[in-house]
Amino acid sequence: MLKDLFKTKPKYITVKSERDFQPRDEAVEKKEIPDGLWVKCNRCSQITYNKDLERNLKVCPKCGYHFRISSKERLELLADEGSFQEIDKNLKTVNILDFPNYDSRIKKAQKNTDLAEAVLTGEARMNGIPLVLAVMDFGFMGASMGSVVGEKITRAAEYAIQKKLPFIAVTASGGARMQEGIMSLMQMAKTSQVLNRLAEAGCVYISVLTDPTTGGVFASFAALGDIIIAEPNALIGFAGARVIQQTIRQTLPPGFQTAEFLLEHGFVDMIVPRKDLKSTLTQLIKFHLNGGGVDVQ
Amino acid sequence: MSNNQGPILEFEKPVVDLEKQIEELKKFSQEKGIDMHEQITALEQKAENLRMEIYTNLTVMQRIQIVRHPKRPTCLDYIGMIFDNFIELHGDRLYRDDPAMIGGIAYLNGIPVTVVGQQKGRDTKENIYRNFGMPHPEGYRKALRLMKQADKFGRPVICLVDVVGAYPGVEAEERGQGEAIARGIMEMANLRVPVIVAVTGEGGSGGALATGIGNRVLIMENAYYSVISPEGCAAILWRDGSKVQEAAEALKIGAKDLLEMGIVDEIVPEPIGGAHKNPALASKNLKEALVSNLTPLLNLSPSQLLEERYQRFRNYGQFIEN
Ligand SMILES: [Zn+2]
Repeated sequence: MLKDLFKTKPKYITVKSERDFQPRDEAVEKKEIPDGLWVKCNRCSQITYNKDLERNLKVCPKCGYHFRISSKERLELLADEGSFQEIDKNLKTVNILDFPNYDSRIKKAQKNTDLAEAVLTGEARMNGIPLVLAVMDFGFMGASMGSVVGEKITRAAEYAIQKKLPFIAVTASGGARMQEGIMSLMQMAKTSQVLNRLAEAGCVYISVLTDPTTGGVFASFAALGDIIIAEPNALIGFAGARVIQQTIRQTLPPGFQTAEFLLEHGFVDMIVPRKDLKSTLTQLIKFHLNGGGVDVQ
Repeated sequence: MSNNQGPILEFEKPVVDLEKQIEELKKFSQEKGIDMHEQITALEQKAENLRMEIYTNLTVMQRIQIVRHPKRPTCLDYIGMIFDNFIELHGDRLYRDDPAMIGGIAYLNGIPVTVVGQQKGRDTKENIYRNFGMPHPEGYRKALRLMKQADKFGRPVICLVDVVGAYPGVEAEERGQGEAIARGIMEMANLRVPVIVAVTGEGGSGGALATGIGNRVLIMENAYYSVISPEGCAAILWRDGSKVQEAAEALKIGAKDLLEMGIVDEIVPEPIGGAHKNPALASKNLKEALVSNLTPLLNLSPSQLLEERYQRFRNYGQFIEN
């Protein structure tokens, strides 16, 4: 179903001004697109026929607002048809701390998303180029990073090292998986340090920050790409906007912690609309094939 | 006991009341010339038992109260008591000097080392100046600059960690604290010198981990190390601020739990009642632990140091694979 979307030319391609975003709290709480026939845009409030929205890659045809998409939709968007070979799909989450309600929340997330955990990793082709992809799914417990997410990201990077392939991580996360306590914090260390080895192996690493990329995921592998791309209007930041507001007791500046805000402050390389993401990534990867430049040794 | 121990914590009131009684009784017996030796000894024994009872069965939240005590020794206090010839170095060379993170060069038992750590204030005025020990991005960047300098000259790095968490502020976000923390973690993993981390008070989340990638990680007896503050956890997961105790216990953030999980290698004992009751003794214990953990690392090659630190953090995580 989604496949034909990519054959259709999107109706609207412009992304509007970078400033006029909704209040952050709404952005945090809004849900995936409901199953109804019509969808109201989070930004411009225009009503769009669900099918039209899907045809437009879940980007509002009226204002260019980028809705969240699932990891499977993201894979269809980025990987050549049928090319994705999942790795490490047998890693299962355990309730290491016997944390209250954790088991049931995992089961519920698995049922709702049909995923085992909050990230899919594997080898794929992008316009024919082999690479390693990790795609997080915000629908699975806010794609918080516990042991399994951290391990899968790390192994995906190790797989890229072993096969000398480019590594692309598409991030979305509410942060660390609190229910795994200190072990979730340590995943930040694990996923960050493996990038040193990726660099030593000469593999390019591109992180794609999507709505929302926050907390411990932002403050680890997401913020460390050789090239960092963000999707328009994505919420990106470390501390939660509500906590900041409570601390400073002032209204936050307009567009605070959006992709556009990060671009302005120098923390992402570029903002790429969804319809251009695959072609942009392909171009960037091509610069780095076979080591990329001249031999500097 | 010194009189300058600051406010009394709720749970230690019974002991403090008893100590006061003993003092008064001593004074009374002296003034009146009445021998009350027996009564005083009995009361002192009772106080000792009460101290043991209270301080050996501390709950997580009581320990958190101890590490947040305003008289708890700060980073600079420990540096003064543990290291020799400390020279503080300033600035991240990019934006400004962050007083919430301090660092410099000193001798530890005759060995030149670089020491960095978050610095809380010792009174309200200093706390405001030091942002309650919560660094901005430039603080993490200063720490990293000094650690890379240590790497250049082959000096071991000692990180003293005491931070409630990263700073939730607009400017901290504008200047990229996510990036600063991430880079701190990644580049610490690349240091070719021995790195010892000691959590001396609060090991608050990413703010602690940014200077937390050590070959050895130690923790003081009452300190904690957590992915989120118990208050934050209660608010988010239970949507109920009163569930702090429950959250603190569920998160398993105390020294013993952390030792069991392999997050820390050693618990550094504190004086009874906490480090602020006897800072000199707390410092002596910490110094011994730092030295005994650093010594064997001095014999390792840079690649051995890198590899063992890498494997330590590579192995964190529990899951089933089938
Ligand atoms: Zn719209």
